[in-house]
Amino acid sequence: MPMSLRVVLAEDGALMRVGLTALLTRFGHQVVAEATDAAQLVQAVAAHRPDIVVTDVRMPPGFSDEGLRAAVALRKTQPGLAVLVLSQYIEKTYAGELLDSGDGTGVGYLLKDRVGDVAEFIDALQRVAAGGTVVDPEVVRQLLRHRRDPLERLSAREREVLALMAEGRSNAAVARALVVSEAAVGKHIGHILTKLDLPPDDDDHRRVLAVLSFLRA
Amino acid sequence: MASPTVAGLVWPNADARPRLYPVHVDPITAMGRRPFLASAWPWRAWAYLATASLPGALGLSVLAADLAVGGGLAKALIGLPLLGALALAGIPMGRVERWRLRLIDPAPIADPHRSPARPGVRCWLATRGREAATWRELGYAAVFVTLLWPLDLAVAIAAVVLPLALITSPLPVALGAHRGLWPGVAISTPLQAAAAVPAGLVLLAGGGYLVTALAVAQGRLARRLLTAPANLDGQLAEVTRSRARLVSAFEAERRRIERDLHDGAQQRLVALSMSLGLARLDLPDGPAADQVAHAHEQAKLALTELRELIYGIYPQVLTDRGLAAAAEEAADRSPVPVELEFRLDRRLPQAIEATAYFVICEALANIAKHSEAAGAWIRAELTGGLLVLEIGDDGVGGADVSRGSGLSGLADRVAVVGGTVAVSSPPGGPTSMRAELPCQ
Repeated sequence: MPMSLRVVLAEDGALMRVGLTALLTRFGHQVVAEATDAAQLVQAVAAHRPDIVVTDVRMPPGFSDEGLRAAVALRKTQPGLAVLVLSQYIEKTYAGELLDSGDGTGVGYLLKDRVGDVAEFIDALQRVAAGGTVVDPEVVRQLLRHRRDPLERLSAREREVLALMAEGRSNAAVARALVVSEAAVGKHIGHILTKLDLPPDDDDHRRVLAVLSFLRA
Repeated sequence: MASPTVAGLVWPNADARPRLYPVHVDPITAMGRRPFLASAWPWRAWAYLATASLPGALGLSVLAADLAVGGGLAKALIGLPLLGALALAGIPMGRVERWRLRLIDPAPIADPHRSPARPGVRCWLATRGREAATWRELGYAAVFVTLLWPLDLAVAIAAVVLPLALITSPLPVALGAHRGLWPGVAISTPLQAAAAVPAGLVLLAGGGYLVTALAVAQGRLARRLLTAPANLDGQLAEVTRSRARLVSAFEAERRRIERDLHDGAQQRLVALSMSLGLARLDLPDGPAADQVAHAHEQAKLALTELRELIYGIYPQVLTDRGLAAAAEEAADRSPVPVELEFRLDRRLPQAIEATAYFVICEALANIAKHSEAAGAWIRAELTGGLLVLEIGDDGVGGADVSRGSGLSGLADRVAVVGGTVAVSSPPGGPTSMRAELPCQ
């Protein structure tokens, strides 16, 4: 999808800001505004109406979770606004708050390290901008660990598929990652949804949300 | 393992507990033993009473002189400071008396006064004026100067002179004279003299007990008034506060290091990883691309390690979202499945959150390492300003507090905020631990 996205970037570290801008530009996207704190972020979104917001969790003045709070607040007032949050650590709590905001579409939560895998990062960015849901594999891994509930009924392969689903990947992408046919993936997903008592649904991110809300319960 | 259940563990181990006095025998115990009169105690007690007259008489003279001069000059206002100085008279008296007390009291006796915060007379006066010890010493000095030392002197003299007079009475009687004991009472016949000798011996022995009893009673009074237990409590409280300050400074330093690493090294590494990732896009396949790919992987590994390190230093979620969220993350990292039940309706003080988080992490680490448990649970509840934290597992038990396990460090850490830890871990399990942290 070679469309050019208009991005508002919120990141207080100068090095990261410059690097991310260069990265986004390199892939044909346009950084319409840079913010270095949460207040600037809110202003920039109001002024530029971007396709997507990319924000750091931790920002001035408190160097706490201002970026995340701003993102959640923005999505409350503008439910359609796509937001990709970059976090220094994986915190399930943050992921949960973010996914609960708006209607859960067009939202992403990634470990900051992932920007190093430039192609995958840009891919995730575009999926979020297109209304998808992207959750860092690390969050999924944490969520899948020690669940003794119905997830235990899943086979190892089905867990792998679920993890990739939770990352917001399409059936084709899952098939590529696991080196199996797309039809096989479809079958796995059917099994997973049945075992987890979730009604089948064609919509990728809705499945992810269903799975995640189930995992959070 | 010595005892299966270790309840009320507050101090890390028995050795660190402050001991009571050393093994000296005190005079009261000595009195109950047979060769008491042959021991040093009667002599020491007598010396204690006899030497009372030195500071006593001196103190009385100073008091009298001060009252006379100060009172006489009071109208001219110059006398007032002189009278005021009397208030401090207990301080030197206390010092002398504490020193003298060592004659009969083997337990160590400490100066109850604090050192002034700053040098200078004003600060010294202010410090002493506010101390209870100063006024207790003054009270002791007043009683001692007016009442105790004359009594001591009388008893010390009587206990020696009267028996000696009786015992030596045969001498003057044999020479045809008599021994006067009292005005109108005298020993003059050989029969009386013969009876007086054993009577004198009995009195001498009884005097030894009387002198010791008086000295001990007075010593107790002196100890009560000249060392201030309240002040000792004050010092203990100060030490406790200083320990809490140290821990809090330590926590602040951890947060600072965490922030520095986040703003510095981590940001640079992410930027580096990003640059290498971009470089890989532009490089044609070949040795250079392989090298860059290798470097990229290394940078990513370094980032992962750094992230874990920073998280271990201070978890951001604890600061941002509080104990329940941080405990949940800690439970997610534990290899043993953990059930959580947190009933906290508000954020707790930072020190309490940090301590409780430390307890949870230590307990989970112990469970993962030693318990062989299949499951664990953490419950936290806030009841009346007290955070009650209960952690348990279904493992093999037998956690030994005395053998330098993480448990003793845990009790130390909890004691800093004034809390307690109790552990129950019978062999065969299960193990449970209860920490109570005051949240005021």
